Formats: sequence, structure tokens, C-alpha cells
Amino acid sequence: MAQTVVNMPTRLPDLSNVPAVDEVGVNERVARFQSRSIKKSSKVEALKLILSMIDLTTLEGQDTPGKVRQLCQKAIHLHAAMPGLPHVAAICVYPTMVSVAKEALAGHDINIASVATAFPSGMSTLSVKLDDTRMAVDAGATEIDMVISRGAFLAGDYRYVFDEIAAVKDACGDARLKVILETGELGTLDRIRKASMLAIHAGADFIKTSTGKIVPAATMQVTLVMLQAIRDFYYETGKMIGMKPAGGISTAKLAVHYLVMLRETLGNAWMTPEWFRFGASSLANDVLMQLMKQSTGVYQSADYFSKD
Amino acid sequence: MATPENKLAFSGGWEYDPAPQSTDHITLNKRYGLFINGDFVPPARGRYFDTINPATEEKISRVADASSDDVDKAVKAARAAYNGAWGRMKPAERGKYIYRIARIIQERAREFSVIESLDGGKPIRESRDIDVPLAAAHFFYYAGWADKLEYAFPGRTARSLGVAGQIIPWNFPLLMASWKIAPALACGNTVVLKPAETTPLTALKLAEVVADAGLPPGVVNIITGSGVAGAALVEHPGVDKIAFTGSTNVGRMIQKTLAGTNKKYTLELGGKAANIIFADAAIDEAVEGIVNGIFFNQGHVCCAGSRLLVQESVADEVIAKLKDRMETLIVGDPLDKNTDIGAINSPMQLEKIESYLKIGREEGGEMHQSSCRLPKKGYWCRPTIFTGVSQSNRIVQDEIFGPVLAIQTFRRYDEAVMKANNTPYGLSGGVWTDKGAKIFKVTQAIRAGVIWANTFNKFDPTSPFGGYKESGVGREGGLHGLGAYVKLGA
Repeated sequence: MAQTVVNMPTRLPDLSNVPAVDEVGVNERVARFQSRSIKKSSKVEALKLILSMIDLTTLEGQDTPGKVRQLCQKAIHLHAAMPGLPHVAAICVYPTMVSVAKEALAGHDINIASVATAFPSGMSTLSVKLDDTRMAVDAGATEIDMVISRGAFLAGDYRYVFDEIAAVKDACGDARLKVILETGELGTLDRIRKASMLAIHAGADFIKTSTGKIVPAATMQVTLVMLQAIRDFYYETGKMIGMKPAGGISTAKLAVHYLVMLRETLGNAWMTPEWFRFGASSLANDVLMQLMKQSTGVYQSADYFSKD
Repeated sequence: MATPENKLAFSGGWEYDPAPQSTDHITLNKRYGLFINGDFVPPARGRYFDTINPATEEKISRVADASSDDVDKAVKAARAAYNGAWGRMKPAERGKYIYRIARIIQERAREFSVIESLDGGKPIRESRDIDVPLAAAHFFYYAGWADKLEYAFPGRTARSLGVAGQIIPWNFPLLMASWKIAPALACGNTVVLKPAETTPLTALKLAEVVADAGLPPGVVNIITGSGVAGAALVEHPGVDKIAFTGSTNVGRMIQKTLAGTNKKYTLELGGKAANIIFADAAIDEAVEGIVNGIFFNQGHVCCAGSRLLVQESVADEVIAKLKDRMETLIVGDPLDKNTDIGAINSPMQLEKIESYLKIGREEGGEMHQSSCRLPKKGYWCRPTIFTGVSQSNRIVQDEIFGPVLAIQTFRRYDEAVMKANNTPYGLSGGVWTDKGAKIFKVTQAIRAGVIWANTFNKFDPTSPFGGYKESGVGREGGLHGLGAYVKLGA
């Protein structure tokens, strides 16, 4: 069980109060978001906002310092042919690559997010997870993307999951904590809503759908349920929690639908990179392609956009 | 969850640009005659009236104002077709014609949905995704029954009635025409249909489809006009059956007129449905259900969930979430693809709705409306809820037929059922709970023709629809809908 940590929240929320979720209703609501027609300047505005919300990600066993440096360059200069674009919100890498990213991003206002806590499975002890976290923070990570212990959660050991998140939050220091629920392993929307509440109460700054290593990763359905949990918490406490769908969002059109959902569920205050992120590797290029199409009227070859 | 104290902000920031549906593919005549015996003919007395776009107050077209002479002519044409080609046709052949109508509606779906929104004010999203596909689905469904009536009524012989007079309302013009025409034709009848005064255009377009489908002349006749033409149709001795959808008051008059005659009738009338939300419901989805229940088609829906009964322990949460959801509803141009709530159908209807808003406030109800901007021209009403009202208030009792919801709370199950049933109407209802057993308990206790569980305003041609008490007589849709257009023999 959890070792003693200072400043740890201890109030396990009453999860029996978490409202039920009706999957049919969620599907219908998502279909309504998808039927919104976003055109002209509202589309351009959305595409730029999406770029600024991306956590540009590389999480592969074959990652090299060179690849991470390349990605950092992309983060700073998304597309040289289109001046005036925003930069992405963050680079997301493994802990061993944080120092490389820190050097490459020096002088730029781009966050360095690091996965930690035995990512992606989370199958390790708390002390290893805390060391993992501290290592990433010490190396310069400004954001930590942790995974929850799905085994403990599914077994109903909510106290363990709660304490673990709280301990990692404590280890984060000033770094913002994103808690990955790995919704593809939780099975039902009811569990996703409960896990969201648990993570929020335990100290998550962001809740995040997926590692990207499990299918299904982010869907609009699970994201909606998590946004509803964030909304309930806000209604009750006035505290904002961020949201990060990750994995499987690779087209600009889908990302625009996510923004519609965000706007109509949580309102304008959340429509910034501070409170909403896309965890994605290939989304940026599709958004860039759409932006070029909006300004030139034609689609360009994918080879005009850098693949990093 | 405790009472929500922190408000979300939905105005300003990123907004959606207008996304108007193009109208280039629409052709409308400047003037329409009456569709009698397979042709558009001028009305006997030469009178026409304007049909108006309720979102702009501009004239769209002029349509014929049928007199009793025209009605007589239409009924005689229908009788001749019944005694002639249509009556002698093999059922399987009849089915082919009905299938053909269904397919042509599908092919011309975009045209139908745009005209429906232009003429009636409903959002293009609804006419495109609901009205028109469902209209085609009704023709497809009943086409299949045309040669299978002996299986619909095992051991009995089903004979057609003759000429059916059909009078439809302005809230779902094409869909109601389809609900009525499809089963009538499938059973071998011929029809004279009168669309509502404010929304005649899609019915006239349907007349074009009927002609294009090659139906024998006189099988389907469509006559536009006022209540005068409707009354003439009801009173006409050559009509064997009246199918009416509309207000309870007019339904009463029709029933009086038909008393002592040999005419069969079905009446689909008003409603004041209760949407019941229990504390264990999926709250966020229930809020969506409330919105679909009362704001669908501007609340111009006879089965609208116009009363909300919410269990007191979640009432504050539900109302707060509903108010936030109302802020995200887009009210405006019906042809904009992002519009959620379109124009009120007519100035008369708007006046009626506004009079109820006044009554509600005078009776002490607390009114809340969304803060949306309204267009300068046209007929509009913001989505509206009333709290602090009770069973004795008129806004709880009367059918308003607008985007106006009356909210009451309840403590116990019996109280919810008692309040839900405490109305002269009995058309529909909704129940929201995570418990299956509670759904069955409530649905058996509510006296209404259709009750939705954890959803609202869902329609399907296979499902019968109709009311208890003052909500009407008879059923439309499904197998039950056939029964209204046949006489059964041994």
C-alpha cells in the first residue's frame, strides 16, 4: 500500500454519488456534436486553436535523441511555409528523453511532458513509480502523464488508486499532473466516470483518456463522459480541471468535433491549451494541410509537410 | 451532487459561422392549384392565399383555397379511382406504386427537407435527419403490407374502406401526410388529403411525386385550403373514413359531426406529456432527453415532453444543467445547419405561446429563458422553462405547443405517477431511471399511448402511435395503423 507522503489529499470521494451514464444517450449527444457544420473563419480559428493544444508525442522504444530533437524543432516551427502559426502546447516523451527535449526547447515557451509511473502498463510498485516521476521532474519535465493502476481500480480498490495518484501528485512538485485512465481497459462508461472523479479528487490537474498503446484509445464518447465529470467537479468546487484525449485523433475534422464538444459541454473558459490538449503525433500535419487548403483553396501533397 | 453554484460561460469566444443550406436546387411555382384526379387544377372560385416563410415573413408561393365544390370534385375523383383502376389492382401491384413513392422521396430528400424548413420554420437538421427519412420509411413500411394483409389479420378478411379524407397539421407536414397516405393506399383505399393552411408546400411536392410515380389519376388528391375545406371534407357523404391530426377542440367538432354517420375515424389530438426523472437516472443524458422532449421542432409536437417531473434530491442539479444546456441551443435561421431551434410556425402560434408566458408569470411561476439573440424579422421564441408551478397552473394543464417547459418536483414514486396522470391528455410520456424494474412499474402506471424510457421523441413506422383520453381515438403506424383503413370480415 501507499507509503506515507506529506501534503497528500486523503478524502476519498463517495463514488456512489457519481451519476450513472447511459451509453445510448452519450452516443446520441456525440452524434449531435458531429452534425455541427464548422466553416470559413470559425474553421480557421478552430484549426489554429487545435495546433496550439497539441502535445506533440513520440513514445516508442526506438526513440533516439535525434528524433526527439527533430520533434522539438517541429514543435517550435510547425510549418515554415505558413508564418504566424501558433506553436504546440508541449512535447511528450519518455523520462530518459526529457533532458534532450529541455535542451532543444531552451528559450521557448513549450512545455515538456513526460510519461512516468511505469508507462504504459503501470505494472510496478509505488516506489518505482515515484522514482520514475521524480527523475522526469528533475530532468526538467513541466508536466507528468501518469497511468493509473487499472488492476487495482477494476478490483474495486479505489483507496489504493486514490493514494497512488495523490503520492505521484506530491512527487510532481510544480509540474502539472495528467492522470491517464486508459479508458480502453476500463470497459464501461460508468467506470470511466468513476475513475475520472477519483483522479480529480486525488489531485489530477488534467485527466487523460489513453496511453495510445491500447485500442480503443480516445473516443468522443469517453471524452464526453470525462468532460461531464470535470463539469460536475467545477459546479461543486469552482475548480477547473484540464482534459486530454490521446490516441486515435489524427484528422483535423475529428479534432474540430472535439472542440465543438468541449465548447458545448464546458464553455469558453476551457478553450485554451491550459485546459485542453490533444495527445497526438500525426494530427498536426493534417491540421496544417487543412489550413493551407483554407488559404490556397487546394490540397497540397503530404510531402510538403515535415514528417518528424 | 450538491446544488451547483459555479456557472459556466457559453457566450463569446469561438463561435460557429453561419452554415446555410443552399436552396439552389429548389424549384417552386409562383402559384399552385389543387391536385385532383392526377392534375393540378385551378380552384373553382379562383381564390388563392399566400404561404409565408415564418423565419423571414416573406411570401414563398401562392396556393389554392379550396371551396366545398373543389372538395366535392376531389372526393368524386377519389371515388372513381376506387371504383376503377385502383380498386381492381392486384395488391402486389399496389405495393409497387407505394415503393416507388418511397424511393422518389429518398431521391428528392434534400429538396423536401429544404422546402419543409422554408415553409414551416423547422431547423434543416431536423427536416433532413428526421422528417424526410421517416416519411420515406413510412411508405417503405406500408408498401410491404400491401399484399400481406391476410397475414396482418389472420383468419379474417381485410377489405378496403373506400375514400379516406385526411386532415393534417402544420408541425410535421410531409411526415403526417406520409403517416396518413401510406397505410391508406396499402389497404387499397383512395385519399383526399388536406394539408394545414400554413404549411402546404411539401404536400404539393408530394403530389408531384405521386404523379411522377405514375399512380392512376384520383388515387391521391391533395387540396389546400382553410378549415372551411376541412369541414367540407369531414361532412362530405362520399367519404368513408376521416383521419385527423390536430387540436383536441377541432377533434371534438369532427367527432360531433361524424356521430350517427357510417364513417370510421381516427383522431390524433393534443398532449401534455410528463417526462419523469428519478434520482438514479443518468442525469446528463436525462437533461438531453428533456431538451429533445420539449425543444424538438420548437415544441410544436403533440407528444412533446412539456411537463418535467424531477425527483427533489436531484432537482437543483437537473435544473442547473438544463439552464446551461439551454445556453448552447442555437436559435435562428432554420436553413442554417447548426440551428437547433427554428422559427415559430405562424404569428398566431407565437401570439398563443406568448400569452402563455404571460399567464405563467401571472400565476406566480418563475420564468427562465436562454440568453440567445433573436433575428429581427420572423417569429421566434427563446427556449423557456418555468419553475415553481403546480398542477393547478394553466401552463401545467394546457397544451402550449411551443418551447415552454413546466417543471415540478416530486418526492415519492406515487406522487410522480399521480401528477403525470392528472391531465385530460394521454398521448406520451417519458421515464428516466437506471433501474429496469422501475421502468416497467412506471410505464404500466401511466395512461399514455407511448412511453419512452431513457429516451424521448423516437419514432418508427413499425411502432403504433396514438392517445388515451382526450389525446385521441385509434392508432397510426405499425400493424395497428392498418386496422384503421380496413373493415374486417369473417
